[in-house]
Amino acid sequence: MTGGRAIILGRIREALHNNPAPRPHTSHSQSEAAADHNGHAQREWLPKVGETLSERIDLFAKISEGLTTEFHRVPTMAAARDLITKLATESGWKKIGSHSHHDVDALLEGIDLPIVRTEKGYAIDDLESCDAGITGCDVLVAQTGGIMVSVESAGGRALSVLPPHHVVIARTSQMVPDLTAAFQHVKQKYGKQFPSFLSFITGPSRTGDIERILVLGAHGPKRLTVVLLD
Amino acid sequence: MATQSADFQTLSRRYTADKGFRAFIQKGMSGYYKKRDQNKANFQDWQGARDLAAEIKYEAINHLDKYLLEFEAKITARGAKVFWAQNAEAARDYILKVAQENNVRSIIKSKTMTSEEIHLNDALEKRGFGVFESDLGEYIVQLRKEAPFHLVFPAMHLTRGQISDLFQKELGSEATDEPEKLTMIARDVMRRKYCEADMGISGTNFAVAETGMISITENEGNARLTTSLPKIHVALLGIEKVLPKLEDLSLFLPMLATAGAGQTMTCYNTMYAGPRQPGEPDGPEQLHIVLLDNRRTELLADAEQRDSLGCIRCGACLNVCPIFKNVGGYSYGTTYGGPIGSVITPHLRGLKDWKHLSAASSLCGACTEACPVKIDLHHHLLQNRRNGAKSAPNPLEKVSFGGFSLMMGHPALYRLAVVFGRIFQPLQGLVNGTILDPLRAWTGSRKFPTLAPQSFHQQWKKDRGGKK
Amino acid sequence: MRISLFIPCFVDQLYPNVAWSVVRVLEGLGHEVLFPESQSCCGQPPFNSGYWDESRSAARVTMKAFRDAEVVVGPSGSCVTMIKVFYPDLFKGEPDELKARELAAKTHEFSSFLVNVLGVTDVGAKFDGKVTFHDGCHGLRELGIKSEPRALLANVKGLELVEMCEAETCCGFGGTFAVKYAPISTAMDEVKCASILETGADTVVSNDSSCLMQIRGMLEKEKSAVRSLHLAEILASK
Repeated sequence: MTGGRAIILGRIREALHNNPAPRPHTSHSQSEAAADHNGHAQREWLPKVGETLSERIDLFAKISEGLTTEFHRVPTMAAARDLITKLATESGWKKIGSHSHHDVDALLEGIDLPIVRTEKGYAIDDLESCDAGITGCDVLVAQTGGIMVSVESAGGRALSVLPPHHVVIARTSQMVPDLTAAFQHVKQKYGKQFPSFLSFITGPSRTGDIERILVLGAHGPKRLTVVLLD
Repeated sequence: MATQSADFQTLSRRYTADKGFRAFIQKGMSGYYKKRDQNKANFQDWQGARDLAAEIKYEAINHLDKYLLEFEAKITARGAKVFWAQNAEAARDYILKVAQENNVRSIIKSKTMTSEEIHLNDALEKRGFGVFESDLGEYIVQLRKEAPFHLVFPAMHLTRGQISDLFQKELGSEATDEPEKLTMIARDVMRRKYCEADMGISGTNFAVAETGMISITENEGNARLTTSLPKIHVALLGIEKVLPKLEDLSLFLPMLATAGAGQTMTCYNTMYAGPRQPGEPDGPEQLHIVLLDNRRTELLADAEQRDSLGCIRCGACLNVCPIFKNVGGYSYGTTYGGPIGSVITPHLRGLKDWKHLSAASSLCGACTEACPVKIDLHHHLLQNRRNGAKSAPNPLEKVSFGGFSLMMGHPALYRLAVVFGRIFQPLQGLVNGTILDPLRAWTGSRKFPTLAPQSFHQQWKKDRGGKK
Repeated sequence: MRISLFIPCFVDQLYPNVAWSVVRVLEGLGHEVLFPESQSCCGQPPFNSGYWDESRSAARVTMKAFRDAEVVVGPSGSCVTMIKVFYPDLFKGEPDELKARELAAKTHEFSSFLVNVLGVTDVGAKFDGKVTFHDGCHGLRELGIKSEPRALLANVKGLELVEMCEAETCCGFGGTFAVKYAPISTAMDEVKCASILETGADTVVSNDSSCLMQIRGMLEKEKSAVRSLHLAEILASK
């Protein structure tokens, strides 16, 4: 059922036909940039992101601190495994969720906990009772101090948001400067077969709804840990 | 009817008289101002960003049919259904039909002002569907049976004490004055709801034509949960929300975060390209996109004010508006308040009944200055006034200004009128502040100045003689 | 220079001293000041309320009065805005459109004229006092006037300038808004006056007499000792 499609389109065309609107009062000549739309125009105005990988990692680390994202840079997968084991013990994890992913599998090798794997489907209550969700990610975004996940890199939609602690394993080669670069990655990697879900995650969940005061840990994870491997 | 206008006067009088309430609202805003300014300063050029955002929205709105069709084609190719709703009733009926056909019992919602606009919750509840608002602020006002107070912060008018009392009463929870504990109470309630709901209804911040995606911005994670676990996802959006390209989001997402909440980036910005695709482990089986007109095309047809459709619903204009801060969101008596609401409501709900919102402004222009997409808000208020005066002039005003223009159009008359003014001034002094005082709207709170014994005109003539 | 004075109707009737202060400053700088006596009102009140035909009647008188003026200067951000920003809108598509644009181009607000046209920031004024400046909204947002009054005040001997937190927040006058929506206007005035008092200033200054009417009205009603003066009056004091 298409509803009012023809009617609405008709109204739109009639509203716009021979009825030009004044252009916005802009101090810079942006029309070409807007029509061009390769995303590069905004780089002139958005915050700086550093030129080198090292600068970008530093920026990411700095922003993470402000967001209370727990950011750890580790030299090897073995070190990452040690970190996870320590985290599991300290946090008292009894059950965790994960998915099929090269680095996630390596990270969780030998971990002595029941794991709910999501890649072939799962029972919601099983995932809901996990203490943590361990995933990969598509990219890390230096400009925002956040990560981008997709169905493939995070085991579906819920694994990275339902358990109260989200742990991400990533590599420095996944660092991109800004959102424009992240979107370019999406287009390159997924071509016309976009996954149904992509999400930019910037810190643990939060709300400002009570007296406009920031509270961490609303409905999504209260903790976000990012483990960055070279 | 003049009731909306009278209601506004009554409510604004009540709220402005409550100094404690006004101070509370101001306090809530002051934290935002600081963070917003820090983030704006972080941009290499915030004004440059605004210019580009305005241009992108100009392109989108002025080619709206093209981009809507592209969006529809791309997202339906991946199995989403797109329904074009002419008005509120059509949108409600469609959503009801989807719920009924799929034997939905429990519905969970994430924040959508568009659903407020079409009074969706009421319609669903009347048909026996349980509807739960998952956004903390929306959940709070839902429990209080109130409308949202502010576009972005629905419960900012309530103190933590009031929220604690509310939760005690409605949920049987323990009293607490800690925002964190209150948030956890809501979190625990909602967790079951996400897992049990058959249908999730969300809003949409942006629709992307190029890739056929919708984008949802939030901090809490409730929208992601609303759209991940239930087997049906209904996304509601005004037709004006479509953007041409995916990369446009790289500008709009940070600007929305900064202008809306003083954040560098909102916690979750999620793009949905369809229902669960083959091979995906979770996600809704059905995605229904409801595109809402509801008289937006009338606003589109007003070329002078068409840019108002570029609004990204960030709430920045509400946050800086001295009227909003002093009268609060409920005085407006309609879904969209503050400057943007005052501009668009006459178009969406009728000029005659709603033009008073455009009159209730000092036209200070702080809104226009704050708008990330450079909508000419305060000038649109002037244009609404002009349109209102043309189509439905207030008879008393028409006569007064007619007299005024006669007087000012004829300098000799003006000088004569001034003589009378000086005669009447002492008479006004006799009734000053009483019910007989024609100036009491002013003199109630402010002293009225005395006319100078001689006008500048008269003094100049005396002092400079015949000199021009 | 031959400078034609544009004196808003309420300055004419209520605050002629402000007009004389402008005259003194400009003549003090060696310029010739003219006052076309046929001027009455710029037409802002009916314009703001949406009665544009009625506004045009008044505006035409203003345009005629200044037709031969070289340059027009007025001590009011809001009335100068009416001419500079809104006359072109008001007369768009009308026979007088060109005249409207011509007048708009040659009209200036007083502080902007001194600093941006004459290039003057020191008029040799002297004023002992702690002053805070209120930015009238039209001057600030329509004409972009922010630094000019402050540059002028910085050179006034004996004057100490302190900024209030709510300097750029509207005082709540807004023309007929002040009486049509009196409770809101009053609330905004309260916020403004509280911010003024917080600075400890003994004088509040603005480049708009309508704002001063609103602010002074409340300060006097509350029996405050804080004075309110127009920028021109400060600049004319020796």
